[in-house]
Amino acid sequence: MKLKRKPINEIKVCFPSYSENERFARIAVSGFLTQLDPQIDELADVKTAVSEGVTNAIVHGYRDCLGEILLQIKIYDDRQVYIKIRDKGCGIADVEQAMQPLFTTAPEEERAGLGFAVMESFMDRVRVKSKPGEGTTLILEKKLKSRKL
Amino acid sequence: MNVEIQGYPSKRALVAKICGDIDHHTAKYFRGEIDKAIRNANPLVLVLDFSEVTFMDSSGIGLVMGRYKIMSEMDGEVVVANPPAYIRKVLQLAGIHRLTRIITDISSYTVQKNSEEEKETSEEVAEDDKIKESDEIEAETYK
Repeated sequence: MKLKRKPINEIKVCFPSYSENERFARIAVSGFLTQLDPQIDELADVKTAVSEGVTNAIVHGYRDCLGEILLQIKIYDDRQVYIKIRDKGCGIADVEQAMQPLFTTAPEEERAGLGFAVMESFMDRVRVKSKPGEGTTLILEKKLKSRKL
Repeated sequence: MNVEIQGYPSKRALVAKICGDIDHHTAKYFRGEIDKAIRNANPLVLVLDFSEVTFMDSSGIGLVMGRYKIMSEMDGEVVVANPPAYIRKVLQLAGIHRLTRIITDISSYTVQKNSEEEKETSEEVAEDDKIKESDEIEAETYK
């Protein structure tokens, strides 16, 4: 059994599902992670993944309504980054299908259907928990490289 | 966040320099501005200059693929210019380099072979055309 580790720092931010907040979520994550002094490309990877996750919550989770999005970030002493993005929107009936590259339910918005492909390629681990009508929880994890000078 | 659009009629090229972050929120605006310019200028080549793009997620892929579709229907092409390294990574992940050329020098679409004088004249003409066409569009809207 995996022991539950204590993070060295964590934040929780709640914001409404306005698309302006996609940018806010990226700034929040990059601001919080500066204490780990990440490499520029690693930070870009994490920002991109968070942007995809938050956009999914706004475009799909809260497609027909406005709702609240929770962004939680935890960091651990081994430079592990844990990010949770939760919405209480419509949920996903078939998570496996939603994660397929090019699958999209919003082609009219020019969504490429590559959100999960980007997240999976830029993060170490991507997990999705969802129930139709109850919402979706996305968990992104990445271990940042050590900064030995 | 803005997009600077410049037409080069003698090359039938349209250069759209996108400045700022491309995400789901801003893509709508960029899409609208670029498509309006495509309708007005009817170019053969659309150059998407990414040199001033500060962030891009998969919304940027949608933006490029959507313009690729429009330009293909007009037998034209889309060229992506000067993407920074982290944006190149997103483009490559989506296989955009198989649909469009990715270039680092846009001068072949913007620089005139002939004298400066001629360049100015042709740009003035283009400006006049644009004004005329936008007037027409407005007139249609108010019908």
